[in-house]
Amino acid sequence: MDLEDQGLLKRVIDENGTDNVVVILGSPDEESARVYAETVTSGDPSWAGPLAGVSLRLPVYHILEKEMRDEIDPAIYEEHVAMMEMVLDTEEITRAVREVREKGSDLG
Amino acid sequence: MPNGKEVKKMLQGKKAIIIGERDGVASPAIEACLKTVDATPIYSLTQCYV
Repeated sequence: MDLEDQGLLKRVIDENGTDNVVVILGSPDEESARVYAETVTSGDPSWAGPLAGVSLRLPVYHILEKEMRDEIDPAIYEEHVAMMEMVLDTEEITRAVREVREKGSDLG
Repeated sequence: MPNGKEVKKMLQGKKAIIIGERDGVASPAIEACLKTVDATPIYSLTQCYV
């Protein structure tokens, strides 16, 4: 995540707090999904941006995770997401996000 | 691992930060999905790497 977006995200969290907030990703691969998930849980992994060292510990999901897909209106999901689900490596992406989420919940 | 019902409970009435990506699933598509579970976007961006 670039520095400007990290700054904007930090401002949103400063204004809204972290209670009742979830993060939903649409990343196209395992690597980017993991970086974004880490940024909103344990902080910027590159230690370059405003979120470096900031453990937001936000619950983070990917839109392709089965648990989410099952709850979204099937017609809307089909219209907006289903095609990318067929193209992307859903298993690897969702595994990465789940790992970071579970690790984030252990941070304290 | 949470089942679908638990995730829905997590999303309903929640404030959502959406980080989409042009080569994956863009933010407007995710927003459309979240409307069906009554989550409110408070920040939405679509990353674009070219």
